[in-house]
Amino acid sequence: MTKRAFRLETEQFSQERFFCRFVDWRVGAGLLVAFALSMAMASAQGAAQQAAPSPLATLVIWMPFILKGFALNLVISFLAMAIATVLGIGLGLMQISLIWLVRAPSRFVTHLLRNSPWLVILFVIMLLLPVDIRLPGNQRVMFPDWIKVTIAFALPVMGNISEILRGAVNSIPTGQWESAEGLAFTRSQALRWIILPQCIRRAIPPWMNWYALLTLSTPMASIFSIHEAVSNAQAGMEAAGARPGLLIPFYLFLLCLFFIYIYPIAVWTRKLERKYAVGS
Amino acid sequence: MPSAPKSRTGDYRPWPDDKPIVSLNDVHKSYGMVEVLKGISLDVKKGEVICIIGPSGSGKSTLIRCINGLTPIQKGSITVEGQEVNDPKLDKLSLRRKVGIVFQQFNLFPHKTALQNVMMAPVLILREPKAEVEQRARALISKVRLTGKEDVYPGHLSGGQQQRVAIARSLAMRPDVMLFDEVTAALDPETVKEVLLTIKELAADGMTCILVTHEMGFAREVADHIYFTDLGVIVEHGAPAQFFTNAKDPRTRQFLSQVL
Amino acid sequence: MFELIAPFFRHLYERTGLNFIVFYDPHEFGRFVAGISISLQLIFWSLLLSLVIGVVGAWTQRSQSAIWRGCVHAYIQAFRNTPPMIQLLFFYFALGAFTPSVDMGGYTQPIISSFVWAVISFGIFGGAFNVEIFRAGLDAVPESTLEAAESLCFSRWQTYTNVTLPLAFRISLPALTNNLVSLAKTTSLAYVIAVPEMTYVLNQVWSDNINVPEMMLLLFLYYVLVVTLLATALHALERRLVLPGYGQ
Repeated sequence: MTKRAFRLETEQFSQERFFCRFVDWRVGAGLLVAFALSMAMASAQGAAQQAAPSPLATLVIWMPFILKGFALNLVISFLAMAIATVLGIGLGLMQISLIWLVRAPSRFVTHLLRNSPWLVILFVIMLLLPVDIRLPGNQRVMFPDWIKVTIAFALPVMGNISEILRGAVNSIPTGQWESAEGLAFTRSQALRWIILPQCIRRAIPPWMNWYALLTLSTPMASIFSIHEAVSNAQAGMEAAGARPGLLIPFYLFLLCLFFIYIYPIAVWTRKLERKYAVGS
Repeated sequence: MPSAPKSRTGDYRPWPDDKPIVSLNDVHKSYGMVEVLKGISLDVKKGEVICIIGPSGSGKSTLIRCINGLTPIQKGSITVEGQEVNDPKLDKLSLRRKVGIVFQQFNLFPHKTALQNVMMAPVLILREPKAEVEQRARALISKVRLTGKEDVYPGHLSGGQQQRVAIARSLAMRPDVMLFDEVTAALDPETVKEVLLTIKELAADGMTCILVTHEMGFAREVADHIYFTDLGVIVEHGAPAQFFTNAKDPRTRQFLSQVL
Repeated sequence: MFELIAPFFRHLYERTGLNFIVFYDPHEFGRFVAGISISLQLIFWSLLLSLVIGVVGAWTQRSQSAIWRGCVHAYIQAFRNTPPMIQLLFFYFALGAFTPSVDMGGYTQPIISSFVWAVISFGIFGGAFNVEIFRAGLDAVPESTLEAAESLCFSRWQTYTNVTLPLAFRISLPALTNNLVSLAKTTSLAYVIAVPEMTYVLNQVWSDNINVPEMMLLLFLYYVLVVTLLATALHALERRLVLPGYGQ
């Protein structure tokens, strides 16, 4: 029996790679129907008791407001991902540096960012980052809350992208380095022209996966009263009289919203992953 | 668990020497549309060593797996000590206690040591006293020349060693017939010899053996009777001396010219 | 313990202004200890529930009934592709609003407390990952090993308890470790439904005493410690149970 027997590819199952093997659009569609049905049922129940507009009608009234909040979730997720990608690649390159003084601290930072709960990182950034910083020319750069929260979300993702890069570079066979060296490439030239281009394909599915995870974490911004989807939904319920009948439809709607956005990404990532798995 | 006998010595009556201990009669087996066995008949007498040879995909492994009921057949009959294998009411446990099988891939239990692998079935299934089983298991392990490896886990044994543990594991159930399904096919050339030696000793002790093998030299040396199968039928059979030198069927001759 | 450390931290505060109030003020110390206790209990029960759900779900995934398999499949997709925080809010506020309350003499208290809702929510969330892990573990036990057991007269149940389960558990363990550690980190989200665990308690402490950086440091250290301990314990278990000769 081969030595590979009795083992699983661990990464395939961690929460950090949450797309399971059978992402399938039909399941997604079925779930949406179920969501919609339970939403309708819940609001029908509420409607029987009250004279005020039915929960579903209330939801429709507040929907644009919630969607506006959701747009902010998306903006935060795009920006945070962009920051995380740039900084994460930098940190990842530092991690594979040959200089110990560069490598060791970057490993430590990566480890710290990956292993702290997101909420704790959020608190640190939100409470300890100043409201503005003064630049030398007496100019002030403001940090509104939503910028701060974007930075906070970027940090854990940055740590993980750094780790993806390190893993991808390590997964390139040493023969590639050696043959580049044999062709008189310097280390950085080999990295730039030989190694990194081969890493990109491997790194794209986990990168998308982290984008999805990041998006799923953005509701945490509501803790800091940032007007994203969850806080707007809560504000809407409050304004509509805080009736208990509203709770299920509103929260189900939020779940649906994220599901509709994330699920296609999951399907797409899975597809790419399969394609690349066949390719290698 | 159905009333397990304390020990099988109680109800054990030796099978008479003259009647075939394993008998196949017009066995048919197909997987979906593909018929892999198209009417196989053969008899094995007690103490005989039978080798089944033939090109890959000729249904040899399927044939051997049918004999202990791992693969059900569609038509025909297989009897082991007079017991019909294909009978839906068959007590599979009583059949499998009589028929041991050793696989190409050893299939040891990787979470148990060599000794535990050998002891597991007699202790758990036959409910025999542990001390007695352990004694027997140690004797079997030394018989397959693995003394000193009792407490080693399969993952730390070489392929040949694992295969010999697998043989000891089957023997611990005190079978009357042993089936060997290409047991050397997955081994490194240098460890093949030790496994073949073990089987040879077993045959010399009078164990009834049915082997599927690609080792022609070995087949010639140990077999009492050789069967050549191709495309699901027995093309030719005979004693080794006559079979290897004097094959009649052109298919057999072609096969032999390729492998010898 | 408290008497031992209190003078040092009081002194530290007086000398440097570093206010680790939870280590010298008896009231805050009590809060802190209660926070640790709740937080550890939350982690323990959430992990346990997620494991139970994982095992049951994996069994169901292998069952013959397509309906059951479909249900588990849908469950996995629903909980993996929605934000865990909204799941928690949904359980606590939306479902919690419709669970009965009991009269506790003067005030009413819901039967299911926020702590229990947090356990339920995290258990279900983590379970959606564990189902896949256990199922893959069961699938990774080679058919041929089971056949060997069968030909050695093992009954189905004996094969299951002596071969399939021990192997599947060992195969699953590394993936499980990752997932359980992630889940332990996720429990800090219970803050949003005011479960008085570590994040929530230290939040109150720093609001009351305006010592944000110090308490933040403490919070960081706490999670680093918990995550490290949990990972170490699970890795030790992995090493003990590793299939000899098939190690990483």
